[in-house]
Amino acid sequence: MERNAKMAQNNLHVPSNVARPGDAPDFSSVPLEPAGAAARPKIDVAARETHDLSYGLIRVLDDDGKAVGPWDPKLSAETLRTALRHMVQTRIYDNRMLRMHRQGKMSFYMTSNGEEAIAIGQGMALRDEDTLFPSYRQQGLLFVRGRSMVDMASHCMSNARDNLMGRQLPVHYTWREGNLFSISGNLCTQFPQAVGWAMACAYKGEEAIAASWIGEGSSAEGDFHVAMTLASVYRAPVILNLVNNQWAISTFQGIAGGNETTFAAKGIGYGIPGLRVDGNDVLAMHAATTWAAERARKGFGATFIEALTYRGGAHSTSDDPARYRPKEDWGSWPLGDPIERLKTHLIVIGEWSDERHAQMEGEITDQVLNDLKEAEGYGTLNAAPRPDPVTLFDDVLKDMPPNLKRQREEFGA
Amino acid sequence: MPVEILMPALSPTMEEGTLSKWLVKEGDTVSPGDLLAEIETDKATMEVEAVDEGTVGKLLVDEGTEGVPVNTPIAMLIAEGEDATAVVSAPSATPTPPVASAVPEVVAVVVSTSEVAADPDIPAGTEFVKITVREALRDAMAEEMRRDESVFVMGEEVAHYQGAYKVTQGLLDEFGEARVVDTPITEHGFAGLGVGAAFGGLRPIVEFMTFNFAMQAIDQIINSAAKTLYMSGGQMGCPIVFRGPNGAASRVAAQHSQDYSSWYAHVPGLKVVAPWSAADAKALLKAAIRDPNPVIFLENELLYGKSYDVPVLDDYVLPIGRARVVREGADVTIVSYSRGMEHALEAANALATEGLSAEVIDLRTLRPLDTATVVASVKKTNRCVTVEECWPVCGIGSEISAVLVAEAFDYLDAPVTRVTAKDVPLPYAANLEKLALPGSVDVIEAARAVCYRS
Repeated sequence: MERNAKMAQNNLHVPSNVARPGDAPDFSSVPLEPAGAAARPKIDVAARETHDLSYGLIRVLDDDGKAVGPWDPKLSAETLRTALRHMVQTRIYDNRMLRMHRQGKMSFYMTSNGEEAIAIGQGMALRDEDTLFPSYRQQGLLFVRGRSMVDMASHCMSNARDNLMGRQLPVHYTWREGNLFSISGNLCTQFPQAVGWAMACAYKGEEAIAASWIGEGSSAEGDFHVAMTLASVYRAPVILNLVNNQWAISTFQGIAGGNETTFAAKGIGYGIPGLRVDGNDVLAMHAATTWAAERARKGFGATFIEALTYRGGAHSTSDDPARYRPKEDWGSWPLGDPIERLKTHLIVIGEWSDERHAQMEGEITDQVLNDLKEAEGYGTLNAAPRPDPVTLFDDVLKDMPPNLKRQREEFGA
Repeated sequence: MPVEILMPALSPTMEEGTLSKWLVKEGDTVSPGDLLAEIETDKATMEVEAVDEGTVGKLLVDEGTEGVPVNTPIAMLIAEGEDATAVVSAPSATPTPPVASAVPEVVAVVVSTSEVAADPDIPAGTEFVKITVREALRDAMAEEMRRDESVFVMGEEVAHYQGAYKVTQGLLDEFGEARVVDTPITEHGFAGLGVGAAFGGLRPIVEFMTFNFAMQAIDQIINSAAKTLYMSGGQMGCPIVFRGPNGAASRVAAQHSQDYSSWYAHVPGLKVVAPWSAADAKALLKAAIRDPNPVIFLENELLYGKSYDVPVLDDYVLPIGRARVVREGADVTIVSYSRGMEHALEAANALATEGLSAEVIDLRTLRPLDTATVVASVKKTNRCVTVEECWPVCGIGSEISAVLVAEAFDYLDAPVTRVTAKDVPLPYAANLEKLALPGSVDVIEAARAVCYRS
């Protein structure tokens, strides 16, 4: 084909202003507003009044480890230690599971390294009866709600104890008892479903609300836009969260639209207050969620929260981030490590020490190793026992239809 | 010469309407473009304009008259000098009857081989009333909404407009805005809301203005509604009904005319219902609303206005997954569903005059498919013709054909023959549209062919 002269000097803009392998990490575009600077409006605030909150950054923990400003949730030291324990447990569990994947005990895994404060801070600000529609990196919600690690790992290894009966990819946890809805492999489908669930709560006159999480990458899906429109129209009691961890596999957040505006600011266009929150500050995440939950419960409708964070690890066990971003990126992330920040805060207020921290890490490591070993006893990807073959035909419909009964008979069951 | 003014059609599918108001009186002079009357159907209101110049000689239909067939003369226009009294004796044109459907008496025959429970008996002496499919669907929703507060209906134009095809007529008045919910134009969005609400313990009826518009909702329907019970290890089910008109109407072209029967019938985790008669539409919609699984309920715009006998019973519910032998016969089995049943029954009537006795089966449910009833019939007649408005490739007839080859091969005296739409996007022009869709003539020819009659 002949080369088109006009095409050769094309004017098409494709965002690419991000550091790639070999470049020095560059986070100059990340807003570093001082902690405590953001105002905390009343819960009935109009969406258009949240302009500053959706372009700025709500932070509570300052550089010295002190909790400051109107968003400080003033949690007890005991609660803070619980949050720290959940966050540490999430990271140890994740990293141990990653090693088990490398040993062939499961086919796939996704860690939430660096994003622990989001699931933990938000999960602790919600009530047990609130239903959660998470995405991939909110396994911390399960720890907040007390799920057994034996059960979690059994699901990931798809063994005889897997409550999903070998029918779902690892890390796509579903836990009805804990009001944790199934994670969808089709990104963002849970967003309108959470709105529908919340509307059902409102219709039934319940105080319970729904909360959902997506990544910044999938906010380009149609589901995001319909969920925002419908949540606004019907004033649904829901918290819609977007975790901006900068990366959708190798695609940086500018490709999803983050260069032209903030994700949080998109809420305002739909008539939903938008809050941009330091996702590595567990106190800020807790405070923003408490505010949004109260707003939802009192009938003022949805809140859209952007949690600004950084994906510390690979997207999943199937990709190598060294191929698409600088190796030192995470270490240079200006909002720090969420676990270190909370630990420092507890030490600063005299409620924690390095010794106690090391002791806690040791205890949790022992428990994780112990629980994962127990889970392996129920089977792994490459070792029996495995899901019962006869269950292959169950749960397609509530009642087994004739064609499946015939197939099951042919199968010899 | 007096000029007849005929009852106009507001749409290609309109068969009758109400003459709600005369805007002229006898003796008035009118010019082209003057408004003569207001006509109303369940879908819209329209004013009738004069085409010719003249004097209104006689109003032939009183205002407020309901059910005036399309093309009935409603007034006479006389030219200057003509005598209005002459009009009275003028030969009045016979109203053009709607296309003869010639649907025969329905014979219910219970076939014992089916694995699904039989239709419940209708007690002797039960009264039957003729109602339209549209009313039957509305009654089914209203009855279920009275019975169960968790049932609600949601979709575009369902509340204040009473439904784009008036299927939700009157529901807003009775149940209010929280249970008859108008949505913005986002099939994908409100399908997702419905799925979430169903997970959350309600029983949504999601109305699609047509299933053509539901293509953008298909991810929520299949990946979430149909698969979640299975993928969650049985923890979370989705009791929801997605309903609306499916298939071709008249003159609405390819993007508004697709038959999705085989698309949805392909998917595990869904039930798919496609009724023909009003009684089945009502009883099966009630069953669909009570079903704990997601149900795709495929209606047909051209059937909405058709009337059928419906038993007057407090709570008449039919089992999903059960076909019905609508007409018994010995020589060939004709299998169809939804609007295809009209072609099948017309063909059966015509074939009877040639000495061929056709057994006609209405599948009613496309998933799970009641293959036992079809197989039993074909073992008796040894020949089968399937009739559907789907395209031929991977259609419902393809599935029936495969089942018959597997389960009744030794009984077949002729190849199973499929009557389907032509394998083209449905064209708009009336002549092309007619060519592309199956009709009773195609069924008659197929039946003759499998019986080796020419």
